[in-house]
Amino acid sequence: MTATSNQTKIEVHNLSKRFGSVQAVSRVTFNVRSGELLGLLGPSGSGKTTVLRMLAGLESPTEGDIVVDGRRINDLSVQERNVGFVFQHYALFKHLSVHENVAFGLRIRKWNAEDIRGRVTELLALMSLQDLGGRYPHQLSGGQRQRVAIARALASRPKMLLLDEPFGAVDAKVRQELREWLIRLHHDLNVTSLFVTHDQEEAMEVSDRIIVFSKGRLEQVGTPAEIYEEPATEFVARFIGAMNILEAEVRAGVARIGPFEFPSPASRDGQKVRVGFRPYSVKVSEEPEHFRLQARLRHIYFLGVAYRLEIETADGFVLRSRMNKEEFSRRRFEIGSPVSFAITEFRMLPDAAERGSPPPVPLPPGSPLTP
Amino acid sequence: MTPSVNAPMRHVLIATVWLYFGVLLLGPIGYLGWEAMREGLGAFWTEITRPEALHGFLLTVEITAIVLVMNLIFGTITALVLVRQRFIGRAMLSGMIDLPFAVSPVIAGFMLILLFGPATLLGSFFGSLGVKVLFAVPAMVLATLFVTFPFVVRELTPLLQMLGTDSEEAARTLGATEWEVFLKVTLPSIRWGLAYGATLTVARAIGEFGAVLVVSGNILSVTQTATLHIYQNYVDFNYVGAYAVAGVLLAASFLILIGLEIARTRATASLQEREKIA
Repeated sequence: MTATSNQTKIEVHNLSKRFGSVQAVSRVTFNVRSGELLGLLGPSGSGKTTVLRMLAGLESPTEGDIVVDGRRINDLSVQERNVGFVFQHYALFKHLSVHENVAFGLRIRKWNAEDIRGRVTELLALMSLQDLGGRYPHQLSGGQRQRVAIARALASRPKMLLLDEPFGAVDAKVRQELREWLIRLHHDLNVTSLFVTHDQEEAMEVSDRIIVFSKGRLEQVGTPAEIYEEPATEFVARFIGAMNILEAEVRAGVARIGPFEFPSPASRDGQKVRVGFRPYSVKVSEEPEHFRLQARLRHIYFLGVAYRLEIETADGFVLRSRMNKEEFSRRRFEIGSPVSFAITEFRMLPDAAERGSPPPVPLPPGSPLTP
Repeated sequence: MTPSVNAPMRHVLIATVWLYFGVLLLGPIGYLGWEAMREGLGAFWTEITRPEALHGFLLTVEITAIVLVMNLIFGTITALVLVRQRFIGRAMLSGMIDLPFAVSPVIAGFMLILLFGPATLLGSFFGSLGVKVLFAVPAMVLATLFVTFPFVVRELTPLLQMLGTDSEEAARTLGATEWEVFLKVTLPSIRWGLAYGATLTVARAIGEFGAVLVVSGNILSVTQTATLHIYQNYVDFNYVGAYAVAGVLLAASFLILIGLEIARTRATASLQEREKIA
């Protein structure tokens, strides 16, 4: 596998797509670095699949440009683009064997029989499918089918690999296996790859960088850590991981709502701000006087690696807290009983209109919120 | 299911089914075979090899072949367009597919007579070209097409809906042109449905009587198909001739029935496989 042939740089400028009266994608601009594994993340209907299909040439953009290695490819047909596309429901040719499925594109592109045999054998080995070449799609498991689909997409050494919800149709355990497959495969082949998912955990685990979409717009581009730690918009903050969000009003440099007070020196008096904090920033104790704020424990959820506590203040604010197993086992929580809590870190969320996230504010020592 | 019906009741039910089949199917078929052979194999052979009979068979085969090819081509195109395209009037066209089932073949033939009669624009147009439509093979083909029109379309529509467009799009991303997509992906996926529709078309085309009778004029050795030949012999009191030709058509029907069974099993199997994959 020659690494250089798979190096492809993609630039997308102001890409838009309208279906009738529906604006599916609105002026989206981003770059894909050569050899990158990029996740397109968003809820269903956010336009991520449409972007992928426009890259493949399966949809044509209403506006904007797609540039691959410096060349505008808008007017190239899907057949001319040489992209590998993997569909959510595999889209295997069910009347053809695994071997014939993988060979399909090579036959179309008039490779000679010898080369086709060699290439298919190589790909089946790469995908751990070497013994299944003679089987038909209905004789395979979901995970095997998706690996055949990936092998078929890679056969003619595409410039880019595009995967549309590639693990959406298999069960949780196989999904995890396939994720690891994709990461390993991408590492080995280093082909520029984009994949669409609505699962933020999947996007975080697999991607080098993530693009978050909402309602056809690009919300944020960044590494998984950047997106998680510095959400550029409230949508991203809510969509990536869990976040508690309170709407507060600023008075004398402090955003206040109910019993909460968040220092907000940069805000004007009377300004409404949204304050966000992750569940792990909410510390909870069963001793009523341990922290300054008081609440009642509503629910305890067991998450496997940790616990989630849901607490409610006297004024009806419900917050989520995350606690690791060790700490949880040291404490004696009882549902319905009073608890005390504190918020150790928070951030002012940007308005939907403005972009760019202010850095998180560590609470100064001596603040009323500090434990 | 069995335990819900008590033993005597069960026997009554089974006997009823046998009686029903006996009166409607087995009796007539057995009697027809018996009558066809009553005067011996020699008489049977003479009857089915008479020039008029042979001409009838040939004409039936010819019309069936033309109708089959046209129905496969236009039926496939119609199904593809109705399933894949969105256009004005689509719902109306979809709703009209079954119309030929609801319209009596005699009325279908009568409509063709009106449409291509010498007094109409169409009739005089073809007349001026010297093309004889009515009381000739073209009208008989049209009449048979009318009555067999739904078969291919109705078989393909659900198959195409189930197939979706994913595998065709996959083929395009792999470099296949539209024609290659059709030949290598779409066609193989619908082949058994197509075969089933084709067999139904053949069965109906061979057996068609009413529509063809009206438009053909039933001219001996010119526009007389096998079914019209049977009718003619029956009217002329040549019962052995009628039974013999009918026996041949019946044998053909049995072959078609076997073909239908095979095609239907395969078509159902491919639908189920597809559901399993999806």
